[in-house]
Amino acid sequence: MIRGMLYHLGRYIMMMGNAFARPEKLSMYWRETVRQMYDIGIGSLIIVMLISIFIGAVAAVQFAYQLDGTLVPNYYIGYVVRDLTIIELAPTITCLVLAGKVGSNIAAEIGGMRQKEHIDAMEIMGVNTAGYLITPKVIAALFAIPLLVAVAAFLAVGGGYAASVPTGLVTHAEYVQGLRVFFEPYNVFMMFVKAFVFAFILTSVSAYQGYHVQGGAIELGKASTNAVVVSDILILLSDYIIAILLTS
Amino acid sequence: MILAKNIYKSFSDVDVLQDINIEFETGKCNLIIGRSGAGKTVLLKILAGLIKATSGEVWYDEVKFSTLNKFQIREIRMQVGMLFQGSALFDSMSVEDNIRFPLDMFTNKTRKEKDSRVNYCLERVNLTGSNKKFPSEISGGMQKRVGIARSIVLKPKYLFCDEPNSGLDPKTSILIDKLIDSITEENKITTIINTHDMNSVMEIGDRINLLYLGKLSWSGNKDEVLESDNDTLKDFIFASPFLQRLRETALKG
Repeated sequence: MIRGMLYHLGRYIMMMGNAFARPEKLSMYWRETVRQMYDIGIGSLIIVMLISIFIGAVAAVQFAYQLDGTLVPNYYIGYVVRDLTIIELAPTITCLVLAGKVGSNIAAEIGGMRQKEHIDAMEIMGVNTAGYLITPKVIAALFAIPLLVAVAAFLAVGGGYAASVPTGLVTHAEYVQGLRVFFEPYNVFMMFVKAFVFAFILTSVSAYQGYHVQGGAIELGKASTNAVVVSDILILLSDYIIAILLTS
Repeated sequence: MILAKNIYKSFSDVDVLQDINIEFETGKCNLIIGRSGAGKTVLLKILAGLIKATSGEVWYDEVKFSTLNKFQIREIRMQVGMLFQGSALFDSMSVEDNIRFPLDMFTNKTRKEKDSRVNYCLERVNLTGSNKKFPSEISGGMQKRVGIARSIVLKPKYLFCDEPNSGLDPKTSILIDKLIDSITEENKITTIINTHDMNSVMEIGDRINLLYLGKLSWSGNKDEVLESDNDTLKDFIFASPFLQRLRETALKG
């Protein structure tokens, strides 16, 4: 198992080394990066919006339930929803969902190109296929995913408001007060660090799975599944490491 | 000229190619023929640098291709065109964009110059007016022709064709063969074609190399095929009773 992991790690590092080699033509890479930004950013906006609104709403309702009958002031609902969202839920849940949506898509797209000999055709032309097929996706994700995470954080706070204020769990003034107290800008920095790291993991790992696919439709399906599973595991692991590093 | 010297290739414990020595001549259609599993595609991919040989050398004219680093290989590859068995056209791009792709990636030509080159290549493969169609909207034969157009757009010195006739009807196959043959002659390209189509062998086989169980079993030209005593060649070329009778009739004069 360790031998297998080292084999994949070595192959991943070599692939990423090739991916960040000098591009043949910057304009072609830029065009592809813009296309990927649109696919990853705009293409994932609806799902991210839906998930973040519900996450905020559930966090607010459940925290209100736990506060019921205690001496903890009600404005803590806004405070907890805000920090929970910024520090953990927005970057982590958004990226876990994107690993499923964007990651599986990347693995299937590149894997399909491998199977249909598109990658061989590009290689024969002299194209650095790891560079042309992977780098634009990674760079696009490094721009688009932190923006999606920021949107998710705002909407989750809004979702918490929509679930708690109109239903009378907390007043508008209390919720807003909760959003304003104990605000630590460093937490926003932490959110973006997580978003960058997770974006890199989910795109590069998925690209690796697709780039090295061999066989037919079953293997392509497996590669797509592996892209999601491995990305999710690595996102959770790195979440823990970042939490230790940035809070110690 | 492309030269294969002492090429060996094994996958795990299976020897796929053994001691292959072939010289592929410039300006000629060099055929690699053989039954399925004989190692034709592996040899072609080794020559094109898509697979590494276990041992042996590949030379492109004066350049020892098999020892170049990946950057030097990319330089050489700009002089290489390849037609794939499944055409390998990019599905999301139109015919025009498929052909334009190498120009966009490797040249600094103006839009007008690129358009002119793309249209010339399309005209050369008799597909004028198909610019805006997508690969899914054209037939298999047309896809092959687009593949040829894309492979010649950068004016290659070397052209590889992996089973250019597979899945095509006999008439379209002949059309594709003639196209490859005329492009080879016109541009003095070193063309290597991997095929098991008998029409191709007899029509455009300037130099024919028969692989059998991973070894080079016979070499010659199309005129020598009929008279050869090589049993493997006879078994392969004249596989059906009809073709055997045809051969006997031809030999009787």
